[in-house]
Amino acid sequence: MLKIKDMSVAVEGKEIIHDVNMTIQKGETHVLFGPNGAGKTTLLMAIMGFPKYRVTKGSISFKGKDITGLTVDERARLGIGMSFQRPPVVRGVKTRDMVAACLKGHGDGDTIDKLANKTDLSEFLERDINYGFSGGEIKRSELMQLLAQKPELTLLDEPESGVDLVNIVLIGELMNDLLEKNCPILYRKCMGLIITHTGHILDYVNARTGYVMCNGTIGCVGDPHEMLATIRERGYDECIKCYLGRVPTHE
Amino acid sequence: MSKASTSGTNKDKARAAANKTASLGEDIDLSKYVSSDDQHPYRDNPSQLPAKAKGQMLDAGVMLDDTSQRSGTYIQMDNTPVHSSVSQEGVEVMPVSQAMEKYDWFGDYWWQAVAVDQDKYTANIELNQYSGYFIRALPGQKTVFPVQACLYLVKDKLEQNVHNIIIAEEGSELHIITGCTTATRDEPGLHLGVSEFYIKRGAKVTFTMIHSWNPETAVRPRTAAIIEEDGLFMSNYLMMKPVRSLQMYPTARCVGENATVRYNSILVAGEGSSLDVGSRVFLDGKGSRTEIITRAITTGGNIIARGYIEGNAPEVKGHLECRGLILGEKGLIHAIPELKGNLAGIDLSHEAAIGKIAEEEVEYLMARGLTRDEATATIVRGFLRVDIEGLPTLLVEELRRAVEASEKEVM
Repeated sequence: MLKIKDMSVAVEGKEIIHDVNMTIQKGETHVLFGPNGAGKTTLLMAIMGFPKYRVTKGSISFKGKDITGLTVDERARLGIGMSFQRPPVVRGVKTRDMVAACLKGHGDGDTIDKLANKTDLSEFLERDINYGFSGGEIKRSELMQLLAQKPELTLLDEPESGVDLVNIVLIGELMNDLLEKNCPILYRKCMGLIITHTGHILDYVNARTGYVMCNGTIGCVGDPHEMLATIRERGYDECIKCYLGRVPTHE
Repeated sequence: MSKASTSGTNKDKARAAANKTASLGEDIDLSKYVSSDDQHPYRDNPSQLPAKAKGQMLDAGVMLDDTSQRSGTYIQMDNTPVHSSVSQEGVEVMPVSQAMEKYDWFGDYWWQAVAVDQDKYTANIELNQYSGYFIRALPGQKTVFPVQACLYLVKDKLEQNVHNIIIAEEGSELHIITGCTTATRDEPGLHLGVSEFYIKRGAKVTFTMIHSWNPETAVRPRTAAIIEEDGLFMSNYLMMKPVRSLQMYPTARCVGENATVRYNSILVAGEGSSLDVGSRVFLDGKGSRTEIITRAITTGGNIIARGYIEGNAPEVKGHLECRGLILGEKGLIHAIPELKGNLAGIDLSHEAAIGKIAEEEVEYLMARGLTRDEATATIVRGFLRVDIEGLPTLLVEELRRAVEASEKEVM
């Protein structure tokens, strides 16, 4: 379980997220909507533990453990994984090396080849990670690394952005794998938190909880499909207006 | 050109240049070193060398216990050739003194690529000539395994003088791996070396040099290559161990059409090390090409990384890339890339970047579960990895092993 309690996050001294509460139970995938600049990425970065995203108030606990003070790598080893929207190029570090690092010894060259095959990246294994990758290739490469890492909590930042229609099917399948969509909910262990703009991703993942985030706070919690319909029809403004003044009911 | 006539002029020129300060690098006081010709015993079988020496040579890529993956071997201790042999037809490996006796055309290659009066170091090599290697691939002969050569410095305060000649005859293929190292880790020494490469039409030479000196050694190599039509010269240089002062600026001249030169250098300078290393290419033949790639890391020492490409013929293409990484609080990297074009239709470019490891890259790897130290090590290892196109797999593997073995100097 991931439990965020009254958390505020500051970036370079400026508070971006204010008093956010969120609970993701074992086996659940939640979706985060919100306009640009709402603080969605900041929330994900803070959960992952990047030093630039400083928790100024409240706490994050994961699997019953307070992780607010843990470093990025400690959280990763505890089972939190994240797909980067714009990952850096690391010259000389091959895609294969990255997948091997994610596997941490739980698999060999054969495992890597299979994962590459599955993500249609076989020809990218010997290339420098992210160097000259297209948008879709970056998404698939991030998912390949996560499939190797097998996190219990997967954080995905707009997995569908910049991806064409052919790729989105593959990406949807890979996310299902990661989030164990085909596993009966009772036995499902994996959790997910997904940022989406378009909502396309709802066609592929089994998400029953959605949030709308505006100005650094979570304005509403509810059924993501319903939310998406409202946002599509009337935009975020309407969404905000509708829930204005409502206290988050999720807690 | 006869041997006698050139020899007279060379000596005269050398005498005139005996005190000529080099244009680059700290001036080395030659009087502080002894110019000894103490002989080391010749070994028919190089595996008979002392285990310690063999181990040090192995660190520099020279394997003596099992030479099955070598087409020839040359070992020089101080100023004495102690072994030379070949195990493949079509290749010649011998001390230059022997080649000088054997071939009446030898003078056509002696001091023809490097000027004898370039500076006091070249002059000194001519005036106190002891030995060096002669490696030649006969026309059309393609070697699979590399020839290995080792220049080994034993005696305290010795001045090692080496003059090497490498010839790849038309259509031949020659791979060379040379290791330069010292017997002790703390005695001063001076290595002066001239290497002249002649790559004939359609020939291919790869030259992989691993330097493993000690923190008290001064090193002044003087290297030049002449590449004819459709010839290829690829130089891979690995310098990751401490050295007091090293200055070299190997030069290649693409004199023939479509000649190609590639220089790859990996330089690491720890505290107390001073490196001034460059690669210079003249593209004089139509359509000739070059690529110069340098990776420099300082953990406290000083590195000047030079590069120079001059385009003097139509349709030439050259690219120079230097990336430097400053690890730690001290150290200096000074990248000096230079391009000179003399006519329209040439294509020369360079890129240089110096910095520390990007925090963003470290965090990316940490998000996959690597600790900060593991992430840093992975990035440094990647930085040092230069993909060398056209190098035989065997040498790629050996180079990789040599880099890995020296990584502790960095981390």
